[in-house]
Amino acid sequence: MAAPMLRWCCPGRRFAFARVGCGSCQRRGPPTGSTSNGKRGQSSVAQQPHITAQKPRKGEPEWAAVVGLEIHAQIASNSKLFSGSQVCFAAPPNSLVSFFDASLPGTLPVLNRRCVEAAVMTGLALDCHINRKSLFDRKHYFYADLPAGYQITQQRLPIAVNGSLAYSVYVGRKPSQMVTRTVRVKQIQLEQDSGKSLHDGLRSQTLIDLNRAGIGLLELVLEPDMSCGEEAATAVRELQLILQALGTSQANMAEGQLRVDANISVHRPGEPLGIRTEVKNLNSARFLAKAIDYEIQRQINELENGGEILNETRSFDFKLGCTVPMRDKEGKQDYRFMPEPNLPPLLLYDSGSLPSGADPQQVINIDQLRERLPELPRVTRQRLVQQYGMLPEHSCVLLNEVGLLEFFQNVVKETRAEPKKVTSWVLNTFLGFLKQQNLAVSESPVTPSALAELLDLLDRKAISAPAAKQVFEELWRNEGKTPAQIVAEKKLELLQDPEALEQLCRSTLEAHPDVVMDLKRGNPRAINKLIGLVRKATLGRADPTAIKEVLERQLSS
Amino acid sequence: MWARAVHLGLRAAARGRRGFTSKADPQGSGRVTGELIQHLERLSLVDFGSQEAVARLEKAIAFADRLRAVNTDGVEPMESVLEDRCLYLRSDNVVEGSCAEELLQNSHRVVEEYFVAPPGNISWSKLDEKQPFSHR
Repeated sequence: MAAPMLRWCCPGRRFAFARVGCGSCQRRGPPTGSTSNGKRGQSSVAQQPHITAQKPRKGEPEWAAVVGLEIHAQIASNSKLFSGSQVCFAAPPNSLVSFFDASLPGTLPVLNRRCVEAAVMTGLALDCHINRKSLFDRKHYFYADLPAGYQITQQRLPIAVNGSLAYSVYVGRKPSQMVTRTVRVKQIQLEQDSGKSLHDGLRSQTLIDLNRAGIGLLELVLEPDMSCGEEAATAVRELQLILQALGTSQANMAEGQLRVDANISVHRPGEPLGIRTEVKNLNSARFLAKAIDYEIQRQINELENGGEILNETRSFDFKLGCTVPMRDKEGKQDYRFMPEPNLPPLLLYDSGSLPSGADPQQVINIDQLRERLPELPRVTRQRLVQQYGMLPEHSCVLLNEVGLLEFFQNVVKETRAEPKKVTSWVLNTFLGFLKQQNLAVSESPVTPSALAELLDLLDRKAISAPAAKQVFEELWRNEGKTPAQIVAEKKLELLQDPEALEQLCRSTLEAHPDVVMDLKRGNPRAINKLIGLVRKATLGRADPTAIKEVLERQLSS
Repeated sequence: MWARAVHLGLRAAARGRRGFTSKADPQGSGRVTGELIQHLERLSLVDFGSQEAVARLEKAIAFADRLRAVNTDGVEPMESVLEDRCLYLRSDNVVEGSCAEELLQNSHRVVEEYFVAPPGNISWSKLDEKQPFSHR
């Protein structure tokens, strides 16, 4: 999600940011009146459905929040992590399940090469250290959608560790005040996905579909370097873009390909970290920041009222806009981790350590994968700024909207107008229309060619800027006409005869001596009135800048 | 076999793996408390049921304890007996699946090609009510 879009979602919080900066993202509890005597018996749940910015009271120390993330990304592969059944989103229940996925006795896991490559590429893109040797373990727990009773994961020695993810946040009200933050990537590990359970409360049963069971997941653990919902959401968005650029995951949250759990705690600056809660079920980019901020505020309220935070798992209820406790009180889960007895250690090589005469199908060369890495989003953004002279925040918006970059590049290819003009039209006019009607780029009624043609007309000065906007509106109605046709139909062509314009200007000046007097007396806005009058006279077929120039020339003579 | 797995789990827990609050004496007096039995039953869904079973468990722990007689100072522990083997990498092709009918035959209850399971996990308190165990 682009930082600008986030700001639209949470207008109330810009106030806080403008003052304290997103860096500290400090929060205050709501004013409780004369004293905070801890007598507020009401639960925070009912009281605080929305986050509001608060002013810190004088003399009281502020709170600092700490947010860590555990992100599960489904690997984009044809087959599953340890079996040859297909990976596909919507399919008849249990049709993509092999004997191994169903955990029938006598079946064994066989590692999918593509999943390992995906993990290594993701690790390289996040500047991780790739462990030349990594191990697989079993994590045991009982649940109907986990037929084996354990999940194969990498707990002891994951495939990649110690990386970092950089993202940009806005620290002021102005779009240009962007800073780069980084969050450390603790580790990336390969693990199996579980099946899906559909709860049928009516008949007191659960229906199990194992199509998803065994799909490869990348678990990315981000250290608690983030301090608010916006930072977390921006980091997740950047990760999405990276995974999509690499092709390692489609990272579509709506389809469950990217799932985020947050670990949140608050403390007073200078004091040790507070008890953390885990918030699960953050499966939409929209609610991610909201849920995290809610939980931060809930914890602050709780502590300020003399309560304490339980180390529990909570779920975000998006209808109520609040977090609710999730697990029943079973006490801590004991997963009984043990080495996966059926899988030897996973060994990776680089060009220097490749065993000679090895079957290339059976070895993975990290250096080769590094060379094949595609352009990462932050490099793309830098390139756009350099190549097209646009501002960094423009490049952010271009990348954040699905399909927008491609659209932009197609227009640039086909038009002779300057890239800066294209940038402005795509980011302001085109995107504005899309957002107004809540459309995706792919649903746009205006094609890149149409916009390119329109910009050509503008560039040739065949039409004026206001006329171009009119043509664009017509194009949006998608009646199949080209820009040239619309211009002809609506007679929007600019006056090509300079003499006619001179005439019109002169006659307007003569017809309105009062306005001319006003202008000569020094009122600068009088010229706009004159321009307007001329425009009306030309039936909108003259460019305002040209009109102004002619008028000024005539007035000064 | 399961006894050894239980013992390994205990030893691993003793080393302070995450999530485990140790209820047994890691050095192993061999005695297994009622609390530990309850905990193990919950974790493994294995029914210890009787004094005999508990006694057998203690004997199994004692048997496995003989491993401690081996001096392993300065020896790097093995990860698995497959350590020196090559991990085979499979190409990313779809070669299995499409056997829903066959798989569903294994299930006691089926609803429209879904396996049917009881709702969530049955809470421990419900099980306690059904069959009270007597432990030491």
